[in-house]
Amino acid sequence: MNAVLPQRFGDWFTGRGWSLRPHQAAVLEAAADGVSALLIAPTGGGKTLAGFLPSLVELENGTDVACPHTLYLSPLKALATDIARNLETPIGEMGLSIRVETRTGDTPQNRRQRQRKHPPHLLLTTPESLALLLAYPDAESYFKGLRRVVLDELHALVPNKRGQLLGLGLARLRRLAPDVQLIGLSATVAEPERLRDWLAHPSKPARLIEAAGGAEPVIDVLIPGGHMPWSGHFAAYAAKDLYAAVRAHGVSLVFTNTRSQAELIFQMLWRLNDDNLPIALHHGSLEVDQRRRVEAAMARGSLRCVVCTSSLDLGIDWGDVDLVVQVGAPKGASRLLQRIGRANHRMDEPSKALLVPGNRFEVLECMAATEAIRNQALDGEVQHERCLDVLAQHLVGTACAGPFDAEAIYQEVAHAGGYKGLSRKDFDDVLSFVATGGYALGTYERYRRLVQDDDGRWRLADGRLTRAYRMNVGVIHDAPMLKVRLGRKVVGEVEELFAASLTPGDTFLFSGRVLVFEGIRETDMLCRLAKGGAEPKVPNYGGTRLPLSTNLATGVRGWLAHPERWAELPAPVREWLGLQAERSDLPGADELLVESFPRNGREFLVVYSFAGWNAHQTLGMLLTKRLERCGAGPLGFVGTDHALAVWSLRAVDDVDALFGVDILGDDLEEWMAESSLLKRTFRQVAVIAGLIERRRPGEEKTGRQMTVSSDLIYDVLRKHEPQHVLLRATRADAATGLLDVRRLADLLTSVRGRIRVRRLERVSPLAVPVMVSIGRESVYGAAMDDLLDEAAQELVSEAMGDPRAA
Amino acid sequence: MTLLPFTLAGERLVLDGRGAVLWPDHGLLIVADLHLEKGQALAAGGRLLPPYDTRATLDRLVGLLNDHRPEHLLSLGDGFHRRHGYLGLAAEDRAQLDAIAGVCRWTWLAGNHDPEAPPGHGEAAPSPMTVGALTLRHEPSTGVALGELAGHLHPKAVVRVRGRRVARPCFVTDGQRLLLPALGAFTGGLEVWDEAIAGLFRGPFEAILCGRDGRLRRLPAHRLEGAPRRARSRTVL
Repeated sequence: MNAVLPQRFGDWFTGRGWSLRPHQAAVLEAAADGVSALLIAPTGGGKTLAGFLPSLVELENGTDVACPHTLYLSPLKALATDIARNLETPIGEMGLSIRVETRTGDTPQNRRQRQRKHPPHLLLTTPESLALLLAYPDAESYFKGLRRVVLDELHALVPNKRGQLLGLGLARLRRLAPDVQLIGLSATVAEPERLRDWLAHPSKPARLIEAAGGAEPVIDVLIPGGHMPWSGHFAAYAAKDLYAAVRAHGVSLVFTNTRSQAELIFQMLWRLNDDNLPIALHHGSLEVDQRRRVEAAMARGSLRCVVCTSSLDLGIDWGDVDLVVQVGAPKGASRLLQRIGRANHRMDEPSKALLVPGNRFEVLECMAATEAIRNQALDGEVQHERCLDVLAQHLVGTACAGPFDAEAIYQEVAHAGGYKGLSRKDFDDVLSFVATGGYALGTYERYRRLVQDDDGRWRLADGRLTRAYRMNVGVIHDAPMLKVRLGRKVVGEVEELFAASLTPGDTFLFSGRVLVFEGIRETDMLCRLAKGGAEPKVPNYGGTRLPLSTNLATGVRGWLAHPERWAELPAPVREWLGLQAERSDLPGADELLVESFPRNGREFLVVYSFAGWNAHQTLGMLLTKRLERCGAGPLGFVGTDHALAVWSLRAVDDVDALFGVDILGDDLEEWMAESSLLKRTFRQVAVIAGLIERRRPGEEKTGRQMTVSSDLIYDVLRKHEPQHVLLRATRADAATGLLDVRRLADLLTSVRGRIRVRRLERVSPLAVPVMVSIGRESVYGAAMDDLLDEAAQELVSEAMGDPRAA
Repeated sequence: MTLLPFTLAGERLVLDGRGAVLWPDHGLLIVADLHLEKGQALAAGGRLLPPYDTRATLDRLVGLLNDHRPEHLLSLGDGFHRRHGYLGLAAEDRAQLDAIAGVCRWTWLAGNHDPEAPPGHGEAAPSPMTVGALTLRHEPSTGVALGELAGHLHPKAVVRVRGRRVARPCFVTDGQRLLLPALGAFTGGLEVWDEAIAGLFRGPFEAILCGRDGRLRRLPAHRLEGAPRRARSRTVL
């Protein structure tokens, strides 16, 4: 069996009572054949060991190396640290003399320097640190002997901009070390071939290795008796049953979709916690130390339950988790499956999961997700591709390492994962942006940042750029954060925007306690504990709103369109859908149902488009514009993941015409131009591309520095050079990101000619969930200037002569 | 666009919603802090921001001139972002400057960034300058200032309505002194409750906000974000 394993390794496996798994053998074989590989295996399958085995075997007889032998890249710093620790066991027990070190943003300067002079055999790091290493002038000699790169959690990296940065870094590595072999490790994904191709190079194919799937998870949907909420995601009605489930299992992980939801669930569980079970809270806003303490307690097995957010989606395996709970909408089948995979039993034992829907639509979503996982119908990821802002950053890094030839780098980039098919024009535009800003008005020639040598190679004109690059490397958009300070103690951090939306005296849940907001001082948000029994306002402090996946949306539509299956649904949901069929219609699987009805003197349109929250915000804006044009007097809109409601003063005659695909033409352009979402997207693009620098906490203190707001830059650029490369990058981001234009376009195209309009006398049962969220959303529809009128109006009766007396 | 009649020290002025002051009795249009060629200045420092700020600012100015046809245009200092800033002007922008200088008299009050006027485009004048009952100056004075019109500070007002923050450039006044917003395209703002602005006023004062829709809205300062704490400054002159 252990034909591919040296004696020492075979003995070690045997000593632990293990045998080499087929997928581990397959990776060793690929390594022996000198080809790259993508290993897809469920959690608990010995995946990480599989990735490292070839290197451990090759290094068995410990060569002293001038460059790292193997580079391990992980999306999380903490994961790299954990892996380093876990590697000590096989290395120690087999008596191998292999040096393992991590290098992340937290690594002290002296250790970094030592690592460059005396590289470890295995260097464990992140895509950002790789980019920094590649930007050193000695990168070539440092990496030329590199044999292997192990890419962990590749499925989580590739779809986003970090994946873009990683793809470019790998292309560079391939140039410096042409024989380097890549081993990607991934959870189960919808399109494994696509991920494999991402790793491959025309001259270096990659092999796909799929481990046998583990036992199918056992998924239940929790439906407490009695009332089922119409809207909301907090599942408060299910608290008692949730607590009972936690009590009935050894160790539970309770996942939520937002940090505020986690806070609320945590508090609910503690109110019921008569048994004093050790229940902890974990989310991205909490202080790092506190998170590490929770993780350590979990690893020791001294906790019964952790309520968490995506903060625990990735990372080390916990060992024995008996139950994974998902509170609120699962949003996507892949995401749910990965969360369930955190219940890391042995592969032959099923993981156990419980879904807790927060409202009626979420029941359908949970049913659809369960079904999708059973049928292994995972979500195709929407992928960022050929991002020009990331390329700009990469070109600066490349120039920092030394002069480069544009044609050679273009060839390199155009074969990089995520950049295949990049046009030469786009590449040249980005290069020109890096060199002179890339403006048609060529006034910045004399301020060039890159100059061409006599031999045509591009070189840095200015050493300042290296420093700026090192300060701003990376593509993660960090919203400016404020520290949450309770007396002298810092308990975590929140987005500055959230803090700015509070008025002193406002209360909110944080770290399991109700805090009173007192004010902002520099980079601190000052708080005190609320007096006993105070009810928090529970605002949502940040985090992105993840939209419902297209795959799951199709599943939900399927449930609506097939009444014969409703017997499986809980009674309140069944009755709700039955009434809908009676009073209006059910949206068919491939059509768009639009209801119109009057209510309280207003005219409502409810659109069942199931396109996810982001796309619905965009559609809402566009419909509002159209209604305005046809004189209907639109007043506002509200969207959920499933439906969109728009209301106006007057009804429209031709509802069909509202949804023409041409809505994505001029109207969209016009709206996007002014949209604050697009401005926010532009800001992120401009930071990544290096046009403006990242804002760091505390920097404002220096006051009169020379910054120009990105909104002003955006306005000026859009007016005078709308085709500038950064604006193109911004629009491309908007298509998939916050505005989700592409999904909207797909939807509108697919339902063309199949829009069913129902005129009703009153609100329909299916419309209730979206209708009750009216008023909870802020005023996205209204122009900001109108808000000023409102502020002015409040004060109309106040004496302007002596404002302070008021 | 809105126009708001405004009396200062007995002189009848008109505020334009785009951030300028008209003084019909003297045929004057007064603007502050154009900061022309700021993009160029930043580029010299290594930040290659779009070089179109001068163009955008001059477009605004031309809009004002076309609507009001003043005899005399007065820049209240910091017309150019840096000394000799006009030397780097793009040909199109220089032509625009020529065109403006051809239709009215143009006075450039000295600012802290630019002590001189661009040659051939009007005359320089030291700050302060007296016209009628008013004192026109770049930096506001610190004492009692009846009839003072000043720039330099780039005031902006931040209002919170329904959980949203709305920030707009604004005029600031206590009825005795009037501060103008900056007209330059790349000019940030200083919140009115920053000590540098609020500290100028002994009594109550108000902000007159310039909306993106060109309309003016008056709000007493105490209604603005940052009152009465004074540590919210964020920006940048």
